[in-house]
Amino acid sequence: MDIYLPIAEVSVNAAIIVAMGLLVGFLSGMFGVGGGFLTTPLLIFYGIPPAVAVASSATQITGSSVSGALAHWRRGGVDPKMGAVLIAGGLGGALIGSVFFRLLQKSGQIDIAISLTYVVLLGSVGGLMLRDAISGLLAKRAGRPAPTRANRHNRFVAMLPWRTRFYKSGLYMSPLAPLLLGLFVGVLTVIMGVGGGFIMIPAMIYLLGMQAGVVIGTSLMQIVAVTAATTMLHAVNTKSVDIVLAVLLLTGGVIGAQFGANAAQKLPAEKLRLALALLVLAVAIRLFVGLTWRPGDLYSVQGPA
Amino acid sequence: MMRWTFTLLLLLAGQPVLGATKLISDISQSRIDIEYSFAGANLLVFGAVQYADGRAPGDTPDIAIVVRGPAEPITVRRKARVAGIWLNTAKARYESAPGFYAVASSRPVRDMLDETTAAIYEIGLEHLQLSPASANAPTDLQAFEAGLVNLRKRAGLYAENPRGVSVVENMLYSARINIPSAVPVGDYEAQIFLIRQGRVIATTDRRIAIGKSGFERAVYVAAQGHSLTYGLVAVALALLAGWGAGQLTRRS
Repeated sequence: MDIYLPIAEVSVNAAIIVAMGLLVGFLSGMFGVGGGFLTTPLLIFYGIPPAVAVASSATQITGSSVSGALAHWRRGGVDPKMGAVLIAGGLGGALIGSVFFRLLQKSGQIDIAISLTYVVLLGSVGGLMLRDAISGLLAKRAGRPAPTRANRHNRFVAMLPWRTRFYKSGLYMSPLAPLLLGLFVGVLTVIMGVGGGFIMIPAMIYLLGMQAGVVIGTSLMQIVAVTAATTMLHAVNTKSVDIVLAVLLLTGGVIGAQFGANAAQKLPAEKLRLALALLVLAVAIRLFVGLTWRPGDLYSVQGPA
Repeated sequence: MMRWTFTLLLLLAGQPVLGATKLISDISQSRIDIEYSFAGANLLVFGAVQYADGRAPGDTPDIAIVVRGPAEPITVRRKARVAGIWLNTAKARYESAPGFYAVASSRPVRDMLDETTAAIYEIGLEHLQLSPASANAPTDLQAFEAGLVNLRKRAGLYAENPRGVSVVENMLYSARINIPSAVPVGDYEAQIFLIRQGRVIATTDRRIAIGKSGFERAVYVAAQGHSLTYGLVAVALALLAGWGAGQLTRRS
Protein backbone atom coordinates (compact mmCIF):
# COMPACT_ATOMS: atom_id res chain seq x y z
CA MET A 1 0.00 0.00 0.00
CA ASP A 2 1.47 3.32 -1.05
CA ILE A 3 1.44 6.17 1.44
CA TYR A 4 2.57 9.70 0.75
CA LEU A 5 4.85 11.08 3.48
CA PRO A 6 3.96 14.75 3.98
CA ILE A 7 7.39 15.91 5.17
CA ALA A 8 9.70 13.57 3.25
CA GLU A 9 7.54 14.41 0.18
CA VAL A 10 7.85 10.97 -1.33
CA SER A 11 5.43 8.13 -1.68
CA VAL A 12 6.53 4.95 0.08
CA ASN A 13 5.22 1.45 0.45
CA ALA A 14 3.76 1.42 3.97
CA ALA A 15 4.22 -2.35 4.28
CA ILE A 16 7.97 -2.03 3.66
CA ILE A 17 8.38 0.70 6.29
CA VAL A 18 6.36 -1.30 8.85
CA ALA A 19 8.47 -4.37 8.00
CA MET A 20 11.61 -2.29 8.53
CA GLY A 21 10.29 -1.23 11.94
CA LEU A 22 9.44 -4.87 12.68
CA LEU A 23 12.96 -6.05 11.82
CA VAL A 24 14.65 -3.27 13.80
CA GLY A 25 12.24 -3.80 16.70
CA PHE A 26 12.97 -7.54 16.67
CA LEU A 27 16.72 -6.95 16.77
CA SER A 28 16.46 -4.25 19.42
CA GLY A 29 14.26 -6.47 21.59
CA MET A 30 16.73 -9.30 21.12
CA PHE A 31 19.93 -7.34 21.77
CA GLY A 32 18.60 -4.67 24.10
CA VAL A 33 19.71 -1.79 21.89
CA GLY A 34 17.59 1.01 20.45
CA GLY A 35 18.27 0.03 16.87
CA GLY A 36 18.64 3.56 15.53
CA PHE A 37 21.94 2.57 13.93
CA LEU A 38 19.92 0.25 11.67
CA THR A 39 16.83 2.42 11.10
CA THR A 40 18.62 5.46 9.72
CA PRO A 41 20.77 3.63 7.11
CA LEU A 42 17.82 1.44 6.07
CA LEU A 43 15.62 4.49 5.51
CA ILE A 44 18.36 6.21 3.52
CA PHE A 45 18.90 3.10 1.35
CA TYR A 46 15.13 3.10 0.73
CA GLY A 47 15.25 6.66 -0.59
CA ILE A 48 14.09 8.83 2.32
CA PRO A 49 16.04 12.13 2.42
CA PRO A 50 18.84 11.72 5.04
CA ALA A 51 17.71 14.67 7.16
CA VAL A 52 14.18 13.24 7.45
CA ALA A 53 15.55 9.73 8.11
CA VAL A 54 17.73 10.96 11.00
CA ALA A 55 15.02 13.10 12.59
CA SER A 56 12.20 10.56 12.32
CA SER A 57 14.42 7.74 13.54
CA ALA A 58 15.07 9.73 16.75
CA THR A 59 11.30 9.94 17.26
CA GLN A 60 10.97 6.19 16.81
CA ILE A 61 13.73 5.48 19.36
CA THR A 62 11.90 7.55 22.00
CA GLY A 63 8.93 5.24 21.56
CA SER A 64 10.86 1.99 21.47
CA SER A 65 12.94 2.83 24.57
CA VAL A 66 10.26 4.17 26.90
CA SER A 67 8.69 0.88 27.96
CA GLY A 68 12.12 -0.58 28.71
CA ALA A 69 13.10 2.50 30.71
CA LEU A 70 9.90 2.26 32.78
CA ALA A 71 10.41 -1.46 33.41
CA HIS A 72 13.95 -0.85 34.68
CA TRP A 73 12.76 2.09 36.79
CA ARG A 74 10.18 -0.10 38.56
CA ARG A 75 12.84 -2.69 39.30
CA GLY A 76 15.15 -0.03 40.71
CA GLY A 77 17.57 -0.46 37.83
CA VAL A 78 18.06 3.28 37.24
CA ASP A 79 20.52 5.61 38.95
CA PRO A 80 18.54 8.88 38.86
CA LYS A 81 21.50 11.08 39.79
CA MET A 82 23.76 9.55 37.16
CA GLY A 83 20.87 9.70 34.67
CA ALA A 84 20.31 13.40 35.38
CA VAL A 85 23.99 14.19 34.77
CA LEU A 86 24.00 12.17 31.54
CA ILE A 87 20.81 13.87 30.36
CA ALA A 88 22.22 17.33 31.13
CA GLY A 89 25.28 16.46 29.03
CA GLY A 90 23.08 14.93 26.33
CA LEU A 91 20.93 18.05 26.00
CA GLY A 92 24.02 20.20 25.64
CA GLY A 93 25.39 17.78 23.07
CA ALA A 94 22.12 17.81 21.15
CA LEU A 95 22.30 21.61 20.92
CA ILE A 96 25.90 21.51 19.70
CA GLY A 97 25.02 18.69 17.29
CA SER A 98 22.16 20.65 15.76
CA VAL A 99 24.51 23.57 15.05
CA PHE A 100 26.89 21.13 13.31
CA PHE A 101 23.96 19.61 11.45
CA ARG A 102 22.92 22.99 10.03
CA LEU A 103 26.48 23.89 9.04
CA LEU A 104 26.95 20.55 7.28
CA GLN A 105 23.58 20.91 5.55
CA LYS A 106 24.56 24.35 4.27
CA SER A 107 27.92 23.18 2.97
CA GLY A 108 26.32 20.18 1.25
CA GLN A 109 28.33 17.57 3.15
CA ILE A 110 25.62 16.28 5.51
CA ASP A 111 25.06 12.95 3.70
CA ILE A 112 28.76 12.16 3.65
CA ALA A 113 29.23 13.32 7.24
CA ILE A 114 26.42 11.01 8.39
CA SER A 115 27.90 8.04 6.52
CA LEU A 116 31.46 8.72 7.67
CA THR A 117 30.44 9.04 11.33
CA TYR A 118 28.59 5.76 10.99
CA VAL A 119 31.56 3.98 9.43
CA VAL A 120 34.05 5.19 12.03
CA LEU A 121 31.87 4.57 15.08
CA LEU A 122 30.17 1.35 14.04
CA GLY A 123 33.47 0.02 12.70
CA SER A 124 35.37 0.60 15.92
CA VAL A 125 32.55 -0.35 18.31
CA GLY A 126 31.72 -3.41 16.21
CA GLY A 127 35.37 -4.44 16.16
CA LEU A 128 35.67 -4.16 19.96
CA MET A 129 32.44 -6.07 20.45
CA LEU A 130 33.59 -8.81 18.09
CA ARG A 131 36.87 -9.17 19.99
CA ASP A 132 35.03 -9.40 23.32
CA ALA A 133 32.46 -11.84 21.99
CA ILE A 134 35.10 -14.13 20.48
CA SER A 135 37.30 -14.17 23.57
CA GLY A 136 34.17 -14.83 25.66
CA LEU A 137 33.18 -17.74 23.44
CA LEU A 138 36.70 -19.20 23.47
CA ALA A 139 36.90 -18.90 27.25
CA LYS A 140 33.58 -20.64 27.65
CA ARG A 141 34.65 -23.46 25.36
CA ALA A 142 37.86 -23.89 27.37
CA GLY A 143 35.82 -23.99 30.56
CA ARG A 144 37.34 -20.81 32.04
CA PRO A 145 35.26 -17.89 33.35
CA ALA A 146 34.92 -15.06 30.79
CA PRO A 147 37.81 -12.59 31.10
CA THR A 148 36.83 -9.38 32.88
CA ARG A 149 38.40 -5.99 32.61
CA ALA A 150 40.35 -5.31 35.77
CA ASN A 151 40.70 -1.58 35.13
CA ARG A 152 37.64 -0.32 37.01
CA HIS A 153 39.12 3.10 37.67
CA ASN A 154 40.19 4.92 34.58
CA ARG A 155 43.09 7.21 35.43
CA PHE A 156 41.82 10.18 33.39
CA VAL A 157 38.36 9.89 34.98
CA ALA A 158 39.90 9.75 38.46
CA MET A 159 41.83 12.99 37.85
CA LEU A 160 38.73 15.14 37.31
CA PRO A 161 37.70 17.52 40.13
CA TRP A 162 34.46 17.95 42.19
CA ARG A 163 33.97 14.31 43.04
CA THR A 164 30.56 13.29 44.28
CA ARG A 165 28.88 10.06 45.29
CA PHE A 166 26.64 8.12 42.89
CA TYR A 167 25.10 5.61 45.31
CA LYS A 168 23.28 3.30 42.94
CA SER A 169 26.18 3.16 40.50
CA GLY A 170 28.55 2.44 43.38
CA LEU A 171 30.83 5.29 42.34
CA TYR A 172 32.60 8.26 43.89
CA MET A 173 33.67 10.31 40.95
CA SER A 174 33.57 13.69 39.25
CA PRO A 175 30.26 14.43 37.48
CA LEU A 176 32.33 15.85 34.61
CA ALA A 177 33.06 12.38 33.23
CA PRO A 178 29.41 11.33 32.71
CA LEU A 179 28.60 14.89 31.62
CA LEU A 180 31.19 14.70 28.83
CA LEU A 181 30.03 11.21 27.89
CA GLY A 182 26.43 12.47 27.69
CA LEU A 183 27.57 15.43 25.63
CA PHE A 184 29.35 13.23 23.10
CA VAL A 185 26.40 10.86 22.75
CA GLY A 186 24.01 13.84 22.44
CA VAL A 187 25.95 15.13 19.42
CA LEU A 188 25.71 11.67 17.84
CA THR A 189 21.97 11.47 18.50
CA VAL A 190 21.34 14.59 16.45
CA ILE A 191 23.73 13.78 13.60
CA MET A 192 23.18 10.03 13.30
CA GLY A 193 19.62 9.60 14.56
CA VAL A 194 20.73 6.98 17.09
CA GLY A 195 20.03 6.61 20.79
CA GLY A 196 23.71 5.91 21.33
CA GLY A 197 23.25 2.91 23.61
CA PHE A 198 25.92 1.02 21.70
CA ILE A 199 28.47 3.60 22.85
CA MET A 200 26.88 4.57 26.15
CA ILE A 201 26.68 1.06 27.59
CA PRO A 202 30.34 0.01 27.00
CA ALA A 203 31.50 3.46 28.18
CA MET A 204 29.44 3.16 31.39
CA ILE A 205 30.90 -0.26 32.12
CA TYR A 206 34.52 0.18 31.09
CA LEU A 207 35.14 3.92 31.36
CA LEU A 208 32.99 4.92 34.34
CA GLY A 209 32.95 1.50 36.02
CA MET A 210 29.24 1.59 36.92
CA GLN A 211 27.46 -1.29 38.67
CA ALA A 212 26.17 -3.63 35.96
CA GLY A 213 22.63 -3.68 37.39
CA VAL A 214 21.92 -0.01 36.68
CA VAL A 215 23.75 0.36 33.35
CA ILE A 216 20.96 -0.54 30.92
CA GLY A 217 18.18 1.21 32.83
CA THR A 218 20.14 4.44 33.23
CA SER A 219 21.19 4.37 29.59
CA LEU A 220 17.56 3.88 28.51
CA MET A 221 16.45 6.81 30.68
CA GLN A 222 19.06 8.99 29.05
CA ILE A 223 18.06 7.78 25.57
CA VAL A 224 14.36 8.58 26.10
CA ALA A 225 15.13 12.11 27.30
CA VAL A 226 17.76 12.94 24.68
CA THR A 227 15.91 11.47 21.66
CA ALA A 228 12.77 13.36 22.76
CA ALA A 229 14.81 16.57 22.92
CA THR A 230 16.34 15.74 19.53
CA THR A 231 12.91 15.34 18.00
CA MET A 232 12.03 18.79 19.32
CA LEU A 233 15.26 20.32 17.97
CA HIS A 234 14.76 18.79 14.54
CA ALA A 235 11.08 19.80 14.52
CA VAL A 236 11.95 23.42 15.28
CA ASN A 237 15.25 23.83 13.39
CA THR A 238 15.30 21.56 10.35
CA LYS A 239 11.53 20.85 10.22
CA SER A 240 12.35 17.35 9.06
CA VAL A 241 10.40 15.17 11.51
CA ASP A 242 7.89 13.13 9.53
CA ILE A 243 5.16 12.05 11.94
CA VAL A 244 3.63 9.61 9.45
CA LEU A 245 6.99 7.92 8.90
CA ALA A 246 7.67 7.74 12.65
CA VAL A 247 4.24 6.20 13.33
CA LEU A 248 4.77 3.56 10.62
CA LEU A 249 8.16 2.68 12.09
CA LEU A 250 6.74 2.57 15.62
CA THR A 251 3.91 0.27 14.56
CA GLY A 252 6.36 -2.32 13.36
CA GLY A 253 8.89 -1.54 16.08
CA VAL A 254 6.75 -2.12 19.17
CA ILE A 255 5.45 -5.44 17.78
CA GLY A 256 8.88 -6.63 16.66
CA ALA A 257 10.43 -5.80 20.03
CA GLN A 258 8.15 -8.30 21.81
CA PHE A 259 9.16 -11.13 19.48
CA GLY A 260 12.81 -10.15 19.81
CA ALA A 261 12.69 -10.21 23.60
CA ASN A 262 11.19 -13.71 23.49
CA ALA A 263 13.83 -14.95 21.06
CA ALA A 264 16.60 -13.54 23.24
CA GLN A 265 15.54 -15.71 26.18
CA LYS A 266 16.08 -18.85 24.12
CA LEU A 267 19.56 -17.97 22.86
CA PRO A 268 22.84 -18.01 24.84
CA ALA A 269 24.23 -14.55 25.69
CA GLU A 270 27.65 -15.13 24.06
CA LYS A 271 26.09 -16.05 20.72
CA LEU A 272 23.81 -13.00 20.93
CA ARG A 273 26.80 -10.72 21.48
CA LEU A 274 28.64 -12.28 18.56
CA ALA A 275 25.60 -11.83 16.31
CA LEU A 276 25.21 -8.18 17.34
CA ALA A 277 28.91 -7.51 16.71
CA LEU A 278 28.66 -9.03 13.22
CA LEU A 279 25.50 -7.03 12.46
CA VAL A 280 27.10 -3.74 13.53
CA LEU A 281 30.20 -4.51 11.43
CA ALA A 282 28.07 -5.45 8.42
CA VAL A 283 26.28 -2.07 8.51
CA ALA A 284 29.64 -0.28 8.81
CA ILE A 285 31.11 -2.20 5.86
CA ARG A 286 28.04 -1.60 3.68
CA LEU A 287 28.24 2.15 4.35
CA PHE A 288 31.98 2.21 3.76
CA VAL A 289 31.56 0.49 0.40
CA GLY A 290 28.86 3.05 -0.43
CA LEU A 291 31.33 5.87 0.22
CA THR A 292 34.10 4.45 -1.94
CA TRP A 293 32.13 3.16 -4.91
CA ARG A 294 31.58 5.57 -7.73
CA PRO A 295 28.06 6.89 -7.08
CA GLY A 296 25.36 6.28 -9.70
CA ASP A 297 25.02 10.01 -10.15
CA LEU A 298 27.82 12.46 -9.47
CA TYR A 299 25.37 15.36 -9.29
CA SER A 300 22.91 16.22 -6.57
CA VAL A 301 20.46 19.09 -6.12
CA GLN A 302 19.66 21.12 -3.06
CA GLY A 303 16.71 23.51 -2.94
CA PRO A 304 16.65 26.78 -1.02
CA ALA A 305 17.25 25.77 2.58
CA MET B 1 -17.84 13.89 -20.02
CA MET B 2 -14.48 13.93 -21.78
CA ARG B 3 -16.13 12.81 -25.02
CA TRP B 4 -18.74 15.59 -24.77
CA THR B 5 -16.04 18.17 -24.29
CA PHE B 6 -14.24 16.78 -27.28
CA THR B 7 -17.36 16.93 -29.46
CA LEU B 8 -18.00 20.47 -28.33
CA LEU B 9 -14.45 21.42 -29.23
CA LEU B 10 -14.87 19.84 -32.64
CA LEU B 11 -17.99 21.92 -33.23
CA LEU B 12 -16.27 25.09 -32.04
CA ALA B 13 -13.25 24.37 -34.16
CA GLY B 14 -15.47 24.08 -37.21
CA GLN B 15 -16.84 27.60 -36.72
CA PRO B 16 -15.23 30.21 -38.94
CA VAL B 17 -13.68 33.10 -37.02
CA LEU B 18 -12.39 36.37 -38.30
CA GLY B 19 -8.72 37.11 -37.94
CA ALA B 20 -5.94 34.80 -36.85
CA THR B 21 -5.89 31.09 -36.13
CA LYS B 22 -6.68 30.37 -32.50
CA LEU B 23 -5.90 27.60 -30.05
CA ILE B 24 -8.48 26.27 -27.63
CA SER B 25 -7.34 24.14 -24.74
CA ASP B 26 -8.41 22.47 -21.55
CA ILE B 27 -6.90 20.13 -18.98
CA SER B 28 -8.33 17.12 -17.20
CA GLN B 29 -7.64 18.58 -13.75
CA SER B 30 -7.04 22.17 -12.77
CA ARG B 31 -6.19 21.09 -9.25
CA ILE B 32 -4.17 18.06 -8.19
CA ASP B 33 -4.55 17.12 -4.55
CA ILE B 34 -1.71 15.34 -2.84
CA GLU B 35 -3.23 13.15 -0.16
CA TYR B 36 -2.15 10.04 1.69
CA SER B 37 -2.52 7.68 -1.26
CA PHE B 38 -0.96 10.02 -3.82
CA ALA B 39 1.35 8.05 -6.09
CA GLY B 40 1.55 10.48 -8.98
CA ALA B 41 -1.01 11.73 -11.49
CA ASN B 42 -1.66 11.68 -15.19
CA LEU B 43 -2.62 15.03 -16.64
CA LEU B 44 -4.51 15.16 -19.93
CA VAL B 45 -3.99 18.33 -21.94
CA PHE B 46 -6.28 18.59 -24.93
CA GLY B 47 -7.91 21.10 -27.24
CA ALA B 48 -8.47 22.18 -30.79
CA VAL B 49 -7.07 24.50 -33.42
CA GLN B 50 -9.61 27.06 -34.62
CA TYR B 51 -8.66 28.09 -38.13
CA ALA B 52 -9.40 31.54 -39.50
CA ASP B 53 -11.43 30.24 -42.41
CA GLY B 54 -13.02 27.40 -40.52
CA ARG B 55 -11.36 24.71 -42.57
CA ALA B 56 -8.34 22.72 -41.65
CA PRO B 57 -5.55 22.93 -44.19
CA GLY B 58 -4.20 19.73 -45.68
CA ASP B 59 -1.03 19.54 -43.61
CA THR B 60 -0.84 18.48 -39.98
CA PRO B 61 -0.11 21.38 -37.62
CA ASP B 62 2.80 21.13 -35.19
CA ILE B 63 1.85 21.30 -31.54
CA ALA B 64 4.17 21.58 -28.55
CA ILE B 65 2.93 21.45 -24.97
CA VAL B 66 5.08 22.58 -22.05
CA VAL B 67 4.03 21.97 -18.45
CA ARG B 68 6.23 23.66 -15.89
CA GLY B 69 6.20 23.82 -12.11
CA PRO B 70 7.26 26.61 -9.76
CA ALA B 71 10.83 27.83 -10.24
CA GLU B 72 13.16 28.09 -7.28
CA PRO B 73 16.81 28.86 -6.62
CA ILE B 74 18.88 25.68 -6.35
CA THR B 75 22.43 24.54 -5.75
CA VAL B 76 23.77 21.69 -7.88
CA ARG B 77 26.73 19.80 -6.44
CA ARG B 78 29.20 17.47 -8.07
CA LYS B 79 31.09 14.69 -6.35
CA ALA B 80 34.72 13.83 -6.94
CA ARG B 81 37.01 11.27 -5.40
CA VAL B 82 39.08 12.60 -2.50
CA ALA B 83 41.36 10.10 -0.76
CA GLY B 84 39.23 7.21 -1.93
CA ILE B 85 35.91 8.70 -0.82
CA TRP B 86 33.36 10.48 -2.97
CA LEU B 87 32.81 14.01 -1.67
CA ASN B 88 30.88 17.01 -2.97
CA THR B 89 33.68 19.18 -4.27
CA ALA B 90 32.18 21.58 -6.80
CA LYS B 91 28.90 23.45 -7.01
CA ALA B 92 26.92 25.81 -9.19
CA ARG B 93 23.96 27.96 -8.17
CA TYR B 94 20.97 28.77 -10.33
CA GLU B 95 18.39 31.46 -9.70
CA SER B 96 15.34 29.79 -11.22
CA ALA B 97 15.14 26.12 -11.99
CA PRO B 98 11.62 24.77 -12.52
CA GLY B 99 10.80 22.01 -10.06
CA PHE B 100 8.94 20.28 -12.86
CA TYR B 101 9.27 20.62 -16.61
CA ALA B 102 7.70 18.36 -19.20
CA VAL B 103 7.49 18.98 -22.92
CA ALA B 104 5.42 16.93 -25.33
CA SER B 105 5.32 17.62 -29.05
CA SER B 106 3.78 16.17 -32.19
CA ARG B 107 7.29 15.63 -33.60
CA PRO B 108 10.82 16.35 -32.35
CA VAL B 109 11.19 20.01 -31.37
CA ARG B 110 14.32 20.53 -33.48
CA ASP B 111 12.35 19.46 -36.58
CA MET B 112 9.66 22.05 -36.04
CA LEU B 113 11.60 25.06 -34.72
CA ASP B 114 15.07 26.53 -35.17
CA GLU B 115 17.37 26.91 -32.14
CA THR B 116 16.68 30.61 -31.56
CA THR B 117 12.91 30.34 -31.64
CA ALA B 118 12.91 27.28 -29.40
CA ALA B 119 15.16 29.14 -26.95
CA ILE B 120 12.90 32.20 -26.92
CA TYR B 121 9.86 30.14 -25.99
CA GLU B 122 11.90 27.74 -23.82
CA ILE B 123 10.59 24.69 -25.62
CA GLY B 124 12.75 21.64 -24.96
CA LEU B 125 15.02 20.64 -22.11
CA GLU B 126 18.14 22.00 -23.76
CA HIS B 127 16.50 25.41 -23.95
CA LEU B 128 15.70 25.80 -20.26
CA GLN B 129 16.83 29.18 -18.91
CA LEU B 130 18.16 28.44 -15.44
CA SER B 131 19.84 31.83 -14.78
CA PRO B 132 23.19 30.77 -13.30
CA ALA B 133 24.08 32.78 -10.20
CA SER B 134 27.63 31.58 -9.56
CA ALA B 135 30.84 32.37 -11.36
CA ASN B 136 31.56 28.99 -12.97
CA ALA B 137 33.18 28.70 -16.39
CA PRO B 138 30.64 28.36 -19.25
CA THR B 139 31.64 24.77 -20.05
CA ASP B 140 31.45 23.93 -16.37
CA LEU B 141 27.95 25.40 -16.17
CA GLN B 142 26.92 23.27 -19.13
CA ALA B 143 28.17 20.16 -17.34
CA PHE B 144 26.22 21.10 -14.21
CA GLU B 145 23.08 21.76 -16.27
CA ALA B 146 23.39 18.40 -17.99
CA GLY B 147 23.88 16.78 -14.58
CA LEU B 148 20.75 18.49 -13.21
CA VAL B 149 18.63 17.56 -16.23
CA ASN B 150 19.77 13.94 -16.06
CA LEU B 151 19.06 13.71 -12.35
CA ARG B 152 15.57 15.15 -12.65
CA LYS B 153 14.81 13.13 -15.78
CA ARG B 154 15.44 9.97 -13.82
CA ALA B 155 13.19 11.22 -11.02
CA GLY B 156 10.46 11.89 -13.61
CA LEU B 157 10.56 15.61 -12.82
CA TYR B 158 11.93 16.62 -16.20
CA ALA B 159 10.59 14.87 -19.28
CA GLU B 160 10.65 15.19 -23.01
CA ASN B 161 8.35 13.25 -25.30
CA PRO B 162 8.87 14.08 -28.99
CA ARG B 163 5.81 12.06 -30.03
CA GLY B 164 3.67 12.85 -27.00
CA VAL B 165 1.05 14.99 -28.77
CA SER B 166 -1.42 13.23 -31.02
CA VAL B 167 -3.28 15.30 -33.58
CA VAL B 168 -6.61 14.14 -35.02
CA GLU B 169 -8.14 15.53 -38.22
CA ASN B 170 -5.48 18.28 -38.25
CA MET B 171 -7.61 19.94 -35.66
CA LEU B 172 -7.85 18.15 -32.33
CA TYR B 173 -4.82 17.54 -30.20
CA SER B 174 -4.18 15.80 -26.90
CA ALA B 175 -1.23 14.79 -24.74
CA ARG B 176 -0.78 12.96 -21.49
CA ILE B 177 1.72 14.37 -19.01
CA ASN B 178 2.95 12.11 -16.24
CA ILE B 179 3.34 13.70 -12.81
CA PRO B 180 5.42 11.67 -10.32
CA SER B 181 4.69 11.44 -6.58
CA ALA B 182 7.80 13.39 -5.60
CA VAL B 183 6.52 16.48 -7.42
CA PRO B 184 6.98 19.89 -5.75
CA VAL B 185 3.80 21.68 -4.70
CA GLY B 186 2.82 25.03 -6.18
CA ASP B 187 1.29 26.70 -9.22
CA TYR B 188 1.87 24.96 -12.53
CA GLU B 189 1.36 26.26 -16.03
CA ALA B 190 0.60 24.37 -19.20
CA GLN B 191 1.56 26.29 -22.34
CA ILE B 192 0.36 25.10 -25.72
CA PHE B 193 2.11 26.28 -28.88
CA LEU B 194 0.78 26.01 -32.43
CA ILE B 195 3.70 25.98 -34.84
CA ARG B 196 3.65 26.26 -38.57
CA GLN B 197 6.67 26.41 -40.86
CA GLY B 198 9.08 27.11 -38.02
CA ARG B 199 7.03 29.92 -36.50
CA VAL B 200 4.86 30.01 -33.41
CA ILE B 201 1.52 31.26 -34.70
CA ALA B 202 -0.69 30.84 -31.65
CA THR B 203 -0.30 30.11 -27.96
CA THR B 204 -2.58 29.54 -25.03
CA ASP B 205 -2.09 28.50 -21.45
CA ARG B 206 -3.82 26.83 -18.55
CA ARG B 207 -3.02 26.85 -14.85
CA ILE B 208 -2.88 23.86 -12.55
CA ALA B 209 -2.54 24.06 -8.79
CA ILE B 210 -0.76 21.15 -7.14
CA GLY B 211 -1.10 21.11 -3.37
CA LYS B 212 -1.24 18.89 -0.39
CA SER B 213 -4.76 18.46 0.92
CA GLY B 214 -6.55 17.15 3.96
CA PHE B 215 -4.41 15.36 6.52
CA GLU B 216 -1.18 15.70 4.51
CA ARG B 217 -1.67 19.44 4.27
CA ALA B 218 -2.50 19.73 7.96
CA VAL B 219 0.68 17.85 8.89
CA TYR B 220 2.82 19.93 6.55
CA VAL B 221 1.34 23.24 7.71
CA ALA B 222 1.74 22.22 11.36
CA ALA B 223 5.38 21.22 10.82
CA GLN B 224 6.15 24.53 9.14
CA GLY B 225 4.00 26.96 11.11
CA HIS B 226 3.65 25.43 14.56
CA SER B 227 6.89 23.54 14.76
CA LEU B 228 7.07 23.53 18.58
CA THR B 229 3.58 22.03 19.00
CA TYR B 230 4.30 19.63 16.14
CA GLY B 231 7.45 18.41 17.88
CA LEU B 232 5.59 18.00 21.19
CA VAL B 233 2.86 15.98 19.48
CA ALA B 234 5.48 13.76 17.81
CA VAL B 235 7.19 13.09 21.15
CA ALA B 236 3.87 12.48 22.92
CA LEU B 237 2.80 10.03 20.19
CA ALA B 238 6.07 8.13 20.47
CA LEU B 239 5.90 7.97 24.28
CA LEU B 240 2.28 6.85 24.19
CA ALA B 241 2.90 4.12 21.61
CA GLY B 242 5.92 2.77 23.48
CA TRP B 243 4.22 2.93 26.87
CA GLY B 244 1.04 1.33 25.51
CA ALA B 245 2.93 -1.57 23.97
CA GLY B 246 4.76 -2.08 27.27
CA GLN B 247 1.45 -2.17 29.19
CA LEU B 248 -0.03 -4.72 26.79
CA THR B 249 2.87 -7.14 27.11
CA ARG B 250 3.06 -6.72 30.89
CA ARG B 251 -0.50 -7.94 31.15
CA SER B 252 -0.11 -10.93 28.86
